[in-house]
Amino acid sequence: MIDRIGELREQAQAAIAAAESAAALEEVRIRYLGRKADLPNLLRGVAELAPEQRGPTGKAANQARQALEALIERRAGELVAQELDERLTQDRVDVTLPGDPLPAVGRLHLLTATRREIEDVFIGLGFNVAEGPEVELVYYNFDALNHDVTHPARDHTDTFYVHDDVVLRTHTSPVQIRAMELQPPPIYIIVPGRVYRRDSDLTHTPQFHQIEGLAVDDDVTMADLQGTLLAFARAIFGEERKVRLRPHFFPFTEPSVEVDVSCFNCVDGVTADGQRCPICKGTSWIEILGAGMIDPNVFGYVREYGYDPERIQGFAFGMGIERIAMLRHGVPDLRLFYDNDIRFLEQFG
Amino acid sequence: MRVPLEWLHEYCAPPLDARALGDRLAMTGTAVERVEHYGVGALDKFVVGRVLEAGRHPNADRLSLCRVDVGDGEPAQIVCGAPNVRPGQTVAVARPGAIMPDGTTLKAAKLRGLESQGMILAEDELAIGTEHAGILVLDDGDGDRPAGAALDGATLRPGAPLAEVLPLATDVLVLEITPNRPDCLGIYGVAREVHAATGAPLGKPPWVEDPGTAGAVEGASVEVLCPDLCPRFTARVFDNVRIGPSPPWLKARLMAAGQRPISNVVDITNYVMLLTAQPLHAFDLDRVAGAKLVVRRARPGEAVETLDGQTRILDEEMVVITDAEGPTSIAGVMGGARSEVASDTTRVLMEAADWNGPNIHRTSLELGLRSEASSRNEKQLQPEQALEAQVVATHLMIELAGANVRPGTIDVGGPGTRPITIRLRDARVSGLLGAVIPRGRCGEILRALEFGVADADDGLDVTVPPFRRADVTREQDLIEEVARIAGLDRLPATLPSRHGAAGRLTPRQRLRRRVADALAAQGLHEIVGWSFVAPDLADRLRLPANDDRRQAVELENPMSVDQSHLRTTLLGSLLDAARYNRAHGATTVRLFESGPVYLASAARAPLLSEPHHLGAVLIGAARTATWRDPDPRQADIFAAKGALSALLEMLRVPWSVEGASEPFLHPGRSAAVLVAGDRVGWLGEIHPLVAGDWDVTEVVAGFELDLDAVAGRAGGVAMYEDVTSFPEVREDIAVVVPDGVAAEEVIAVVRRAGGRLLAAVEVFDVYRDAERVGEGKVSLALRLSFRELDRTLTDQEVAARRAAIAQALADKLGGSIRAA
Repeated sequence: MIDRIGELREQAQAAIAAAESAAALEEVRIRYLGRKADLPNLLRGVAELAPEQRGPTGKAANQARQALEALIERRAGELVAQELDERLTQDRVDVTLPGDPLPAVGRLHLLTATRREIEDVFIGLGFNVAEGPEVELVYYNFDALNHDVTHPARDHTDTFYVHDDVVLRTHTSPVQIRAMELQPPPIYIIVPGRVYRRDSDLTHTPQFHQIEGLAVDDDVTMADLQGTLLAFARAIFGEERKVRLRPHFFPFTEPSVEVDVSCFNCVDGVTADGQRCPICKGTSWIEILGAGMIDPNVFGYVREYGYDPERIQGFAFGMGIERIAMLRHGVPDLRLFYDNDIRFLEQFG
Repeated sequence: MRVPLEWLHEYCAPPLDARALGDRLAMTGTAVERVEHYGVGALDKFVVGRVLEAGRHPNADRLSLCRVDVGDGEPAQIVCGAPNVRPGQTVAVARPGAIMPDGTTLKAAKLRGLESQGMILAEDELAIGTEHAGILVLDDGDGDRPAGAALDGATLRPGAPLAEVLPLATDVLVLEITPNRPDCLGIYGVAREVHAATGAPLGKPPWVEDPGTAGAVEGASVEVLCPDLCPRFTARVFDNVRIGPSPPWLKARLMAAGQRPISNVVDITNYVMLLTAQPLHAFDLDRVAGAKLVVRRARPGEAVETLDGQTRILDEEMVVITDAEGPTSIAGVMGGARSEVASDTTRVLMEAADWNGPNIHRTSLELGLRSEASSRNEKQLQPEQALEAQVVATHLMIELAGANVRPGTIDVGGPGTRPITIRLRDARVSGLLGAVIPRGRCGEILRALEFGVADADDGLDVTVPPFRRADVTREQDLIEEVARIAGLDRLPATLPSRHGAAGRLTPRQRLRRRVADALAAQGLHEIVGWSFVAPDLADRLRLPANDDRRQAVELENPMSVDQSHLRTTLLGSLLDAARYNRAHGATTVRLFESGPVYLASAARAPLLSEPHHLGAVLIGAARTATWRDPDPRQADIFAAKGALSALLEMLRVPWSVEGASEPFLHPGRSAAVLVAGDRVGWLGEIHPLVAGDWDVTEVVAGFELDLDAVAGRAGGVAMYEDVTSFPEVREDIAVVVPDGVAAEEVIAVVRRAGGRLLAAVEVFDVYRDAERVGEGKVSLALRLSFRELDRTLTDQEVAARRAAIAQALADKLGGSIRAA
């Protein structure tokens, strides 16, 4: 009898190991452990055996059953994992297809991105950001900025007029006067915004953007102007940059300068491949803005607000945002900024 | 201002080439537009030649075959087309290899079968004159030489370099003279700057020795009736004038400086102007009726025929020079045709006068008439310059026109005000510049610029020369003079000490940045549109007559009709950009603009109200098409609303929409946007007829807000709320209400009935089905979230709120909760 149990156990072990699916395993279980199978039948027949045989036979049959049940369970686990693997393997995708993106991110206009960068440099240098009207009184746009009555910028050929005494501002400089009327010194502001001039060609659009700077205190010097613009030039054009102040004339500053930054594209006007540098035209300097020490006559217009030209002094500067963006990003044509072609817009921002 | 170096060097000749001199001038305040080479190149190929033989060319009637001694043994055979070539003439010859003024290189060539080893030159071929009728004859063999040419036998030897005889070539600095320096509109003024900038010695001014005299002039007089507009009028009279061509050297200088030679007297006026900056005018005294000039304001409508043959109608702000027969010149701008010098002129009245700059500027502008004279006079020259020019002209009239100067000088007005003296304080120099320039150096610089300098306790007493009278009036002006010559490159780079200043953006500026970032993050590209619009935009947007946005402000002088008004809405800019991109192949267009609009405002008149608006348009796929979703849903009002709500939620402003339309919107798919109950903009789909006008047939969804109005309501500091300690209970319900009840109303009723425990309500499905929901009804699926901040809610509490909601829906809206 015990031999028979051993025989069945071996047969069942082989069958379990051979079962290749859950269904086949179930068949094996029914064949060896089911109600009609040999092993349970043997167990039921133990009672009829001689008393001395009952113990060992029953024990052997139980052990065999428990062992087989454990084997079946383990085999079942193996089969589940195996079948999952097979299913997953068949659930194959072409991983080389394009990804399914989250909504595409849009871009800030290059003018906005550039303006923000410049603003952030000056905020870091202690300047606030001020604003003012674009439709402006002749008084603020020209008179209080010490423009001679014959200054050609006043001509109808150069400036857009809304009425005799109202223009579209030709620069952000009128906000200098407005800001000084609102606040006594010290004052440190920059003024970004739209400005307008009657000009339209490759290098001029009738609308463009400027950033004005104004610093007035009792001890602000021309050397401070140079240091401030050097910090700006390095932040925007690279740490190696130098600036130089070139004497010039503006009605509302004295001394007046044009400011050049050393070219970021070449060494001494020659590019890496030996060509004359197209950006600085071989001069190794690029003009980026106009500046100067505020003319005492300008303070004369705001003297009553705390600006006595004998006691306070300051500098002002103004730059074109388009020009900075064109230089920095190699944009060849000013009009691209106003076409708003998505293929242009998405390159920046 | 064109400055031929050959001319400049007569007065100041620093040892610098044109480019180096230009760089130095640029760094001391005189901008150099460019450096040009004027005239011929390869100077060694231009020589003096003597014509030995000149015979008929065997194959051409009009050509001569010449043998010309060019100094190197065998005479050269040269074919010449000029009718005036004769044996014995000394001529100018270009040999093969010569570079002509237009840049071409002369080659030995066969002309009608015979070789020509060079070219006998006419004046215009050398670009030193305009004469082309015949060759330039340096000496015709009879001892007659061109008037005024200082030529001797040695330099006229065949083979001698032509450049020793004629000013053949020069570099020219093209300078940009700033409006404060009219003294630099003449060669001598530039020479002063070059002297100060380089230290090279400055020659004596050409007016130091005067061949003329002071006092009354017999036979001519001048009366000035408007001394405010004519501070000084000087005149001299010249007799025995012989009109003829100017000498080559003078013509060459005029040409290099950009002036066309005409005749000796006219050329003298131009030459003196280019040298001294002071315009002059030569009258034919015999054509001045009554031999008296009167300077007065014009009468309204008075006419004068100017030198260019045009009749100009004047007004009473303009100044004329008249004689007994009426106006002969527009003062300071252009001479008249009636009294101009002609080939038979023998007596000349030379005028050099000082005018009121602003008045000349206005006259020139009003008449649309600009001349070399007006462009100088309008910059406000100084009275002293008039007499200086008169002196130089006298020299040249005697020398080049064989004239005699009649004794005396008419001088009405005299020199200008006494020169002023300004204290230049050492402390102020260093205080303004941030660097010390020693007093001695300041004095040196100012003296070089012809300022008078005397020592004072705390600095220098500086006297301003007359030619700088208008520009230098204050201490700060002197500091500029010192700084620009001392070199701004020597300034240190420091930062302001910033007493208590701290930089930051205002809340409104920060909000604008966040809003732009939020829209970009949702896939919209930012555009920058024109502030200008066309007048028909209001019609294209179907704005009715009473719409404020129709009242666009018009420019007096637009560049074109299309840019003649200021925008009152961003929609035009956005639709223009959309059309541009669609025309260039884009099918999906998602754009926004953040910028000002311009509205007439009684409160701000004559200025405008310029609120900052935010607008967006969406056309085409609401999200990017992919291979899995090749045909995504098209953007519509809900896509626009989604973008709008994302940014308003971020700003934490209380907002809602209500059904309302705009003339340019789809009447059934449009809404007003409300923030804290106030209308701040619109949301919707653009009316198909409006969209069609921008060539768009698809749905265009969009919105526009007054961002300033929104900013005023933006949430301040967000306060903490405990939403993590206790779980919220979620329940979905389907609410059936009569179709036509707005979702917003349903939510409002549910919120009120749900009370404090109802934390959130969200619509997640909308369903219409006559059989299952009922005819004329709509089912809204709502997701309710209940929460108590200090404990977990029980099922009974939630059930009670749910029952209250059902009751309220039934009572307020005739609705019900549908079994799930």
